Amino acid sequence: MSDFTSSFWSWYVSILTIVSVLACAFLLYRMGRMRVAKAPQAADGKTATTGHVWDEDLAEYNNPLPRWWMWLFYITIVFACIYLALYPGLGKFPGLLGWTSAGAYQDDVRATQATVAPMYAKYLTMDIPAVAADPAAHATGERLFLTYCAQCHGSDAGGSKGFPNLRDSDWLYGGDPATIKASITNGRNGIMPAFGPALGDEKIRQVVNYVRTLSGLPADSLLAQLGRPVFMENCAACHGADGKGNQAVGAPNLTDSIWLYGSTIPTLIETVTKGRGEAGTLTRMPAHKDLLDDGKIQLLAAYVWGLSHTAAAPPPPAPAKP
Amino acid sequence: MLSQEKVEKNLGWMIVLTVLVVSVGGLVEIVPLYFQKSTTTAVTGVTPYTPLQLAGRDVYLREGCYNCHSQMIRPFRAETERYGHYSVAGEFVYDHPFQWGSKRTGPDLARVGGRYSDDWHRVHLNNPRDVVPESNMPGYPWLAQTPLDPGTIAPRMRALRTVGVPYTDDDIAKAPDALKGKTEQDALIAYLQNLGLALRNVR
Repeated sequence: MSDFTSSFWSWYVSILTIVSVLACAFLLYRMGRMRVAKAPQAADGKTATTGHVWDEDLAEYNNPLPRWWMWLFYITIVFACIYLALYPGLGKFPGLLGWTSAGAYQDDVRATQATVAPMYAKYLTMDIPAVAADPAAHATGERLFLTYCAQCHGSDAGGSKGFPNLRDSDWLYGGDPATIKASITNGRNGIMPAFGPALGDEKIRQVVNYVRTLSGLPADSLLAQLGRPVFMENCAACHGADGKGNQAVGAPNLTDSIWLYGSTIPTLIETVTKGRGEAGTLTRMPAHKDLLDDGKIQLLAAYVWGLSHTAAAPPPPAPAKP
Repeated sequence: MLSQEKVEKNLGWMIVLTVLVVSVGGLVEIVPLYFQKSTTTAVTGVTPYTPLQLAGRDVYLREGCYNCHSQMIRPFRAETERYGHYSVAGEFVYDHPFQWGSKRTGPDLARVGGRYSDDWHRVHLNNPRDVVPESNMPGYPWLAQTPLDPGTIAPRMRALRTVGVPYTDDDIAKAPDALKGKTEQDALIAYLQNLGLALRNVR
């Protein structure tokens, strides 16, 4: 790109480049005129040397470069002239080929697009379950998943603490094809507010014990009884009165054995006290609509949907950890 | 006419002509870059680092992140498919020095901003294997426990101002407050989440 602040710089580059090439050519020509010393030339019958003497009697002839070597240098000069004519090198002159690195990149992208566009177009017309059943789409989707999704959800899509497992049949926002696609496209930013200041340690201990009873985990029954009204007042709005969660806001189901952050009492106390995610920050799944085009999102959605909809029954949920 | 012999034997001529010859490359390839709009003006959306981001950038340098992570997406399809739009010169005008790097033991970070959640970065910086079991990146758990020193940010911003980053006196006066109560991890994440956002929406 040559968007110089003034045209001086275009001339500056061009002239310095051309002068350098000409200077090299001139130097070669001067050196080429020299001839190899054949016969004694000096008056005393000795061949002329550079005049340097080492180790008492070692002298050096002042011979020119070998011809073949000289011609290699001439070829580089010719190459430079052809290059500068074809490619951008002389200031604003774009070269006869009109080549740019951005253009070369665009050509590569276009060529690949032409190859893969029909494939993506075909998958975009199919519904997600049909795409998921296609072995070629599965292989492509897996590679896309490893490139764009595995960093958080794991290369086996098994997730980790704070990052949902995509292989099971439990979904924060819903596991139907359209919802998965929406999650990938627009991201998800579910936030649980911090209840520490509002509830205080005592009530949090009670509600945590109540939450554990929802999924049948061992809990202090007295505290759990006290925690029930606290839950109804503070938590039921998102997690539901029965604790089964609400996929519209991404509130997890608290009655199953799947825990995004863990079900131990200290972890639950931390979750309730500090909340999960902070308003105004990127706390959850980022949107991918800028990075990925529709075709890639379609294949990824099909791959993810297929993880929990294989021909075999989905694996049973992992046993609850206390 | 200046002969070969004279140049070889006269130290003054030798120095002058040698300097002239070796400087041609720089004069043609480097000097004009200072007078090119695409290399000297910021891309729309690129702003000077906030104090917190700047502190995070200094953590990035101190921990040697550039040894394994580049910040330069080259204009090749294989790179832009994975990382996003290729890097352009105008994205680095406020980087002194830029962090292009030359080695990718880990992935390129030029457009890592917004790719992962803040939570992910916290877990990943403390112990990368908690989220990426295959990772060979070392953990940096002390960053979460080390508070930033608000006293050092103002001189750093003044130093950057002398090389052309447009911080105002007001920016510098308010900078220490922005760092209060923050850890080095907070700063590093703020820096990472800001990387490459300017061309994020360009495919």
